[in-house]
Amino acid sequence: MKRNDIAFWIGAVVFLAAVLVMTQVVANQYPFFAGYVILQSIALAVAWSILGGYAGYVNFGTSAFYGVGVYASVFMVSAFGAPLPLQILTGAAVGALMGLALGLLTLRMQGIFFSIATIALTIVIETTITNWRYVGGAAGIQIQRPAVTSPFDSYVQMLFFVQAVLVVLAVAISRYIQNSWIGRGLQALRDDELAAECSGVPTLRLKLLACVISGALMCAIGAPAAMYLQYADPGSAFNLNYSVTTLAMSLIGGTAHWAGPIIGAILLGTTQQVLTVTISSEVNLLVLGLMLVLFVVGAPEGIVGLINKLRGHRKEGEI
Amino acid sequence: MTLSETQAPLLRICALTKRFGGFTALHRVSVDIRPGERFGLIGPNGSGKTTLINCISGAFRTEPGTILFRDEDITPLQPHLRTRRGIARSFQIPRPFRSMTVAENLMVALDFAAHEHVSVTQRRDTMMSILDQMGLGSKVNVLATQLSQVELRKMELARAMATHPKLLISDEAMAGLSSSEVDEVLDLLLSLASRDITIIMIEHIMQAVMRFSERVMCLDAGRIIAIGAPSEVMADKRVQEAYLGT
Repeated sequence: MKRNDIAFWIGAVVFLAAVLVMTQVVANQYPFFAGYVILQSIALAVAWSILGGYAGYVNFGTSAFYGVGVYASVFMVSAFGAPLPLQILTGAAVGALMGLALGLLTLRMQGIFFSIATIALTIVIETTITNWRYVGGAAGIQIQRPAVTSPFDSYVQMLFFVQAVLVVLAVAISRYIQNSWIGRGLQALRDDELAAECSGVPTLRLKLLACVISGALMCAIGAPAAMYLQYADPGSAFNLNYSVTTLAMSLIGGTAHWAGPIIGAILLGTTQQVLTVTISSEVNLLVLGLMLVLFVVGAPEGIVGLINKLRGHRKEGEI
Repeated sequence: MTLSETQAPLLRICALTKRFGGFTALHRVSVDIRPGERFGLIGPNGSGKTTLINCISGAFRTEPGTILFRDEDITPLQPHLRTRRGIARSFQIPRPFRSMTVAENLMVALDFAAHEHVSVTQRRDTMMSILDQMGLGSKVNVLATQLSQVELRKMELARAMATHPKLLISDEAMAGLSSSEVDEVLDLLLSLASRDITIIMIEHIMQAVMRFSERVMCLDAGRIIAIGAPSEVMADKRVQEAYLGT
């Protein structure tokens, strides 16, 4: 194992330990409610950037994957009373299949056409769920939380920890991809698909792989949300806001490096939570829009790009 | 008859036709390229040279017509599989991986097109030796976007070489270069040819074509109008007409 890898895994363990300690020490439930949403944003942004960032295929279907994750849980609970880990695994499996199907159908399209197809996917799936009575249809469905297992005092604390584990999983996968031949191939096809093919890169297969991994993660991340809200309805599970905020977080953080979406999601997710509580939930949308415009104009490569640029300048200055 | 003429062709193109809607860009083109040959491809703008290259490298699907490479029908293969079989190309307008350094550009080709599994250290050594041959040794860690035009052309050839080709197709690698730079690139191509790599060179610069090619083919409006020794093709009346107009 390289030194970087060791540092990364130590960081991950420290992070999870801190989250676990927090669930034991903090009595107030609110930080967990808010923290869960922020962790979910981080995980979504990281998962999104595997296809949207590394491969440059802008996916507007985050809400489709997220919603399918939620409803995979709903189905598993209503049909089999499945426990949380099984809900998440089911979500991941369904997400992988959905990623594969979406990929096969759309990845031959490029640029804006791919993005439009992913929006269409969201609408199709939402409509299907709305008309599926078994999982509640348009009216939504109530879900009963089972008793919480120790060492956690409340279910939300446990979900908070579970989501933290999903964040670590998503980041570890994303980081692995970036540093491996897969990442190099994706970066090549993002720069120039034909040149990549002519250098031996199997572009379609790599895009499919990215789509499957990204989809599986996004569905898995959505799965615990059913238990978090104890309620699911198509309107909120497939809300287009998930797509827009995830995309904004990745772009603001920077998509070229695995750390970019994390930075963007922490920054934007925290700001949104604070604004929702202190002012109103409408203002947080306004701020989202403003920040996105600001970054697209001022730092199109995101925060990571900005940092790299500043570093590059300094290096040139030194010489 | 020389020995190479008795050998099986490296690349055999049979009755290749390519249409874009109602426009026929290539019409029943058939040609054999021999192993180790230096083959020049000329023709006026729009005559189908690059289309032919795109068909050989797999960027365009062809129907009807077949392409055999080392006796294997590669017509149904995707471009990356053709690259792995040993067909590499450069592009008329350079297409570097813009977010990468020169080294990373080559590593893509080494990672994906390498025929056998070799260690990272070995791949790095191969990369460095290719860059040194191409005179880009000092540019290893420079971003592709910061290269000059001639350096970009060389990097394209270097990236193609990194795929370990048996057939290298150079699509106007000298367009827009000064005469000293043209000589530089030409010398590079000649040194590659001397190492048993078959080369198809598309070029408008006639001195370069004459100096480089063992055989020249001239396309006009998607058809072969002349093929043979460079001096014969240049002397051909139809070739002169195609270039100068009548």
